[in-house]
Amino acid sequence: MCLAIPGKITEIYQKNALQMAKIDFGGVAKEICLEFVPEAKLGDYALVHAGFVISLMNETEAEESIQLIQEVSRFDNEVS
Amino acid sequence: MTMKYLDEYRDPTQVKLLLQKIKESVNQPWVIMEICGGQTHSFLRHGLNALLPPQIELVHGPGCPVCVTPLEQIDKAIAIASRPEVIFTSYGDMLRVPGSSTDLFSVRAKGGDVRVVYSPLEAVQLADAHPDKEVVFFAIGFETTAPANAMAVLLAQRKGIRNFSMITAQVRVPPAMEAILQAASCRVQGFLAAGHVCAVMGFHEYLPLAEKYQVPIVVTGFEPIDLLQGLYATIRQLEAGHAQVENQYQRAVNQQGNTAAQQSIQQAFQPVDRKWRGIGTITKSGWGLRPELAALDAELKFEVQDLLSQESPLCIAGEILQGLKKTVECPAFGKKCTPQNPLGAPMVSSEGACAAYYRYH
Repeated sequence: MCLAIPGKITEIYQKNALQMAKIDFGGVAKEICLEFVPEAKLGDYALVHAGFVISLMNETEAEESIQLIQEVSRFDNEVS
Repeated sequence: MTMKYLDEYRDPTQVKLLLQKIKESVNQPWVIMEICGGQTHSFLRHGLNALLPPQIELVHGPGCPVCVTPLEQIDKAIAIASRPEVIFTSYGDMLRVPGSSTDLFSVRAKGGDVRVVYSPLEAVQLADAHPDKEVVFFAIGFETTAPANAMAVLLAQRKGIRNFSMITAQVRVPPAMEAILQAASCRVQGFLAAGHVCAVMGFHEYLPLAEKYQVPIVVTGFEPIDLLQGLYATIRQLEAGHAQVENQYQRAVNQQGNTAAQQSIQQAFQPVDRKWRGIGTITKSGWGLRPELAALDAELKFEVQDLLSQESPLCIAGEILQGLKKTVECPAFGKKCTPQNPLGAPMVSSEGACAAYYRYH
């Protein structure tokens, strides 16, 4: 139930007085409500649950966490 | 097809490295609970639990909304869904959850109009399109789902859609964690907090819990690398005698959470005492509709007060959801209770611990 999937915002528009978006999940597009992320813009990656974006992905944090893992890995390979 | 923000967190090399780091950091046995049933499934689906050092015992938490939705509300849902004027809408997981004598799927098989929706907005649209019908939505879920459910009921009110109502079975994580920690039989020494609950709520609510009960709480995501990073951080704290809140899932979670979503929750709901299936009533552990939205409360709109609810005497779901017993200790597991013929909700849901063990073990 608490599953939430990241996808890319490809279109933003109003529908029935709600801020909506087309979001692409690896090739599958769905209409998703943007009401909880008024700051969302085209190209943002968004975490989607039950038809709503609940959070925008923080690209800097994501890249840092991946880099951190890779650095630890490189360091380990060098010492071992 | 690659999926950004997912595939990077499934890399086998990194998984091996993190497992090695965990092994190196463990000196004592520790009992760690992952709150969210989605995390339970991810651990088992990727086989990670079998790769952990033997000192680490994972116990599975109550974070499975269909598992903890009280039997009485499921029986009410079944009674309402059986009415000829009703289109009953629900998230898919709920349909096979056993009530006292039947489930929502069986209601549909007997001709009831029971429909699965992906978003609660679909239920509001159905009500708008079918003014001659009563559309009822089963609003279950933790904090992750609360904003969507809140928006649906607020939208129906704003648009004056009178034939929409909902059964509200919203639950909250922090009061359940406190109930687990207060129990005399509590074995849990550290928590992986549910990442998507925290995407909505932030994690400030967990700071007093970590302090009061001296347990590390690490906000954790759902992919293999997330889970192992969360575990590694928890184990490091336990070994060092620390009890802090940490955030492993920084790409999706910050301390204050999503304030717009929180505002919608507050507009629609107020804290209520909530009964958790198999566990009992936990003070202020749920959200109910605010009094000004009473006209949209399906439990008030339909006369369903005199139902007699009766749980299967064989099912030990309550103890499993509190981390007191393991799925495999249940005598009915895999015999009298299977996903095809479930006695309790955890055998049904894609987040239930029993279903996870049945599928992946």
